[in-house]
Amino acid sequence: MTDEKLIPSDRELQEMQYQMMVTSAKPKPPLLRNVLGAFVIGGAICVFGQALLNFFKSSGLAKPEAGAATSAVLVFLAALLTGLGVYDSIAKYAGAGTIVPITGFANSIVAPAMEFRQEGMVFGVGQRIFTLAGPVLAFGFVTAWLIGLITYLFK
Amino acid sequence: MSSVKKLGQQTYAFTNPPVFAGAASVVGPKEGQGPLGNQFDLVLQDSLNGEQTWEKAERKMLKESCQGAVKKAGLTPSDIDIMMAGDLLNQIISANFTARDLGIPFIGLYGACSTMFEGLALGSMLIDGGFADYVLTAASSHYNTAERQYRFPTEMGVQRPLTAQWTVTGAGAAVIGVQGQGPSITHITIGKVIDLGVKDSNDMGSAMAPAAADTIIRHFQDTGRSPSDYDLIVTGDLAAIGRALTEQLVKQAGYDISKNYTDCGILIFDPTQDTHAGGSGCGCSAVVLTGYLLKEIIAGRFKRVLGVGTGALLSPSSTLQGESIPGIGHGVVIDAYNLGG
Repeated sequence: MTDEKLIPSDRELQEMQYQMMVTSAKPKPPLLRNVLGAFVIGGAICVFGQALLNFFKSSGLAKPEAGAATSAVLVFLAALLTGLGVYDSIAKYAGAGTIVPITGFANSIVAPAMEFRQEGMVFGVGQRIFTLAGPVLAFGFVTAWLIGLITYLFK
Repeated sequence: MSSVKKLGQQTYAFTNPPVFAGAASVVGPKEGQGPLGNQFDLVLQDSLNGEQTWEKAERKMLKESCQGAVKKAGLTPSDIDIMMAGDLLNQIISANFTARDLGIPFIGLYGACSTMFEGLALGSMLIDGGFADYVLTAASSHYNTAERQYRFPTEMGVQRPLTAQWTVTGAGAAVIGVQGQGPSITHITIGKVIDLGVKDSNDMGSAMAPAAADTIIRHFQDTGRSPSDYDLIVTGDLAAIGRALTEQLVKQAGYDISKNYTDCGILIFDPTQDTHAGGSGCGCSAVVLTGYLLKEIIAGRFKRVLGVGTGALLSPSSTLQGESIPGIGHGVVIDAYNLGG
């Protein structure tokens, strides 16, 4: 008696062989270039954010207010660049460098809002605006709740 | 009793090969800048094509290509017995709405990006079978309508992987008829749906290559022909990676197509156009066939071409639910023998 689970079927073998062919046919992503792009552009966004924060603090805002003002300016600029069709061209080189900072969040809200304007304000913009940001918000809420619980239990 | 026109398992040979009476192509600006840019009948200045939405722009392209093909055939829409068309949008609205405007008896098709070849195959059967004198077949795709349906909003900042393909903005239409002078369709090979388990929707060339290879191999086996019987073997939208895989798979079956095989997704864009692997979409094979290949056949540069329209039969839901991507390929043999001279 043979154990059927240990011996792959012809179809499974064929799929495995083909998967190996695909892997060797695929071009390798330019990892170094991508990492450098993400570091330089993502870093530049953060340096710019720090400069804004310093400016607002030196202008007399308290630290929390200066932080909020910095976020507002970054979000506004990212939204503007998305609207002008520039943000995705930068993101092509930056990858995670433009997704991770708050600018990426702004882009992910403005892009669908623009895209689905054609379906009207309510079921287009209104319904679809959080298509991409929705998961970030949902899991952000869950994480915040968990952190709150941990803080409550162990503090 | 077996069908008298059937050869082998999946191929059909026509007694009176249908003839291409007219063909037209409309493409977007990016395709117009590509290597075949000056071959197309109309190149749009911008991808909205003077319309309010991209969907309307796609429909307008499809309508213009259909009208162009009918006009070039020296006919009017009322001369066409049946129109067969399809596209990538949900419920094939581009084709349905175009058929509404044209008023030609209509059969809607969905074969994903293989739709143009699916239409040619079915249309040829109708003509050779004596059911129609003229059949109009057409297909369209649009970069922006496809992106928003299958992937991300266009202004979303994402890095596209190197295996990704660029959906062609374009529409191609052809009128095939029962008689006349022109390239003719002598054989078709109806493809099977093949799935070797590729799940990456950013790598559709790899997903479709096994189906294309299966149809090509089956065509050779059914007809007893070999790769050297064709001046050109061309697949629909496998692009660079899918092309390489298809060549390997066909070679494993003992047929060497390395000398005369290419893909419409490679022909339509230049590597400097940043499309990554190449073009895709219903429009890809439709415009390369109607804008370029048919003209080359008429000019005598290709005497006999095996075209295989390829389609990835996925939906956004099937991808999210973790399903692999089934592919299909329909083969159509276009021969110059009816050109006279």
